[in-house]
Amino acid sequence: MYWNKEVECMPEEKLRELQLERLKQVVKRAYEKVPFYRKKFDEAGLKPEDIRTLEDIKYIPFTSKADMREAYPFGLFAAPLEEIVEVHTSSGTTGKPVVAGYTRKDIELWGELIARCLTMIGVTKHDIVQIAYGYGLFTGGLGFHYGAQKIGATVVPASAGNTRRQIELMRDFGTTVIACTPSYSLYLAEYAKEEVGIDPATLKLRVGSFGAEMWTEEMRKEIEKRLGLKAFNVYGLTEIIGPGVAHECEAQAGLHVWEDHFLIEIIDPETGETLPDGEEGELVITSLTRDGMPMLRFRTRDITRIIRKKCDCGRTMARIERIKGRTDDMIKVRGVMLFPYQIEQAILEVQGVEPHYQIVLTRPHYLDEIEVLVEMSKETFSDEVREIEELRKKLEKRIEAAVGIRVKVTLVEPKSLPRSEGKAKRIIDKRNLK
Amino acid sequence: MKIKQISVFLENKKGRLYEALKVLQGERVNIRALSIADTSEFGILRMIVDKPEEAKKALEENGFTAKLTNVVAVGVKDEPGGLAAVLAYLYEADLNVEYVYAFVKKAGEEAIVVMRTSNLEKTISVLQEKGVKIFSFEELLNF
Repeated sequence: MYWNKEVECMPEEKLRELQLERLKQVVKRAYEKVPFYRKKFDEAGLKPEDIRTLEDIKYIPFTSKADMREAYPFGLFAAPLEEIVEVHTSSGTTGKPVVAGYTRKDIELWGELIARCLTMIGVTKHDIVQIAYGYGLFTGGLGFHYGAQKIGATVVPASAGNTRRQIELMRDFGTTVIACTPSYSLYLAEYAKEEVGIDPATLKLRVGSFGAEMWTEEMRKEIEKRLGLKAFNVYGLTEIIGPGVAHECEAQAGLHVWEDHFLIEIIDPETGETLPDGEEGELVITSLTRDGMPMLRFRTRDITRIIRKKCDCGRTMARIERIKGRTDDMIKVRGVMLFPYQIEQAILEVQGVEPHYQIVLTRPHYLDEIEVLVEMSKETFSDEVREIEELRKKLEKRIEAAVGIRVKVTLVEPKSLPRSEGKAKRIIDKRNLK
Repeated sequence: MKIKQISVFLENKKGRLYEALKVLQGERVNIRALSIADTSEFGILRMIVDKPEEAKKALEENGFTAKLTNVVAVGVKDEPGGLAAVLAYLYEADLNVEYVYAFVKKAGEEAIVVMRTSNLEKTISVLQEKGVKIFSFEELLNF
């Protein structure tokens, strides 16, 4: 199902023409309206007219998260405040939050993008869509809200938290679509079963749109099994617009990027050089049509690759692979780079444990050590030390095979690791690196 | 005559054993025998109690992972070589002992040895054949 078939299936040549035309416009507008960009262009000796082809984008300086913090709060707005009708911010856990400003046109666009995403996975006006992302400054809640309403679905703006009520609403309203973080969806399933006494598979949930944190294919299988729905991956970020930049189609084989509004590149995170399509690297996004706050070559820090191969769904829009991690989630342990997803995958391949884990980094004797806490599953608890030790060793071996260094696995009691209602905190870094 | 033993997974954390025992106290569960297998990471608390089902339910409600397992309770003489004699029978029958713990009511009298082996059925028949006393659950509670 398409929300906007003409655009979503636009011939590639036409799509590139449209992108170039929009790129020229946005570069000109950013240069004229945002002193931050003008300064960057001037320093690089670049004029908006120098951008003549899509490839010329490589001459434009990157915009980083640090730039955004420096511009706090409204320094990157390209529209006067009287035209900004809404602001959102990132969580700001690692410093000053990033502020995003939306004009009425931007809000319309946001709704359109989410409407495309949801329609792509079969959501219609006959659905009841429960949004369990936080409403408020976080983009998750309101972004989905605008899109689901645009489709005409019945929106249940549950927001994050109050898990018991979430489940009661699902049961009583007959919720068919859920949108939340993947880790929260697993918590919902667990809570429904054990605290409310409802088998989540008996709920009417049909599809789910999960995002705002890194997750794996193995996690998808668990979510689908436990909640009895088809789970899809959504991608987006506050700096660009919020959720809805890309979403999986029915094929569950990569996320279609709405290329008529976003220009994507993959770069080598170390050198900043553009990498050819298909290679893994850092995703860089230029928003082509944002009115309130255009973004030129924003470094997302997300690691993925671009898939240009035509998709079975008929859309011509390129796909990105599921995000593998963030350049700043990358853990460097004894000189080895690793991502939490590698550990997650390995854990979920082993039977007998729960999909709840935490990675603890320590440096007891000048040498980094990784300890992975994994919850044992109630069903497989054996009263023999030998069997528990075997399970533990199996996990250690599997993780070592995945990341290339030895880790210590500690099995912990079921439900003893903290559950999150938003983004799960998977890494505890206790190394004192100062 | 297998006996239900309750096993509890304990993380190696301060106060965890105490918390488990407090739960049992609250349920008025009486412990007849107890042992802890411990590694540096975790422990397994194994107990023979008068109300195993209730104990399991209460522990689980309080966030513990508990499991009922079958074991055999064997009577041995409280004298040098008492347990060795029993183990000799198992050795001859090619039975492997997973774990064992014992309790004595009064010195010099019969001691009870709780054990889990690679094959409980066979263990019972082998020992009974040799005239070793196998305790039923009721006998154990009244011991």
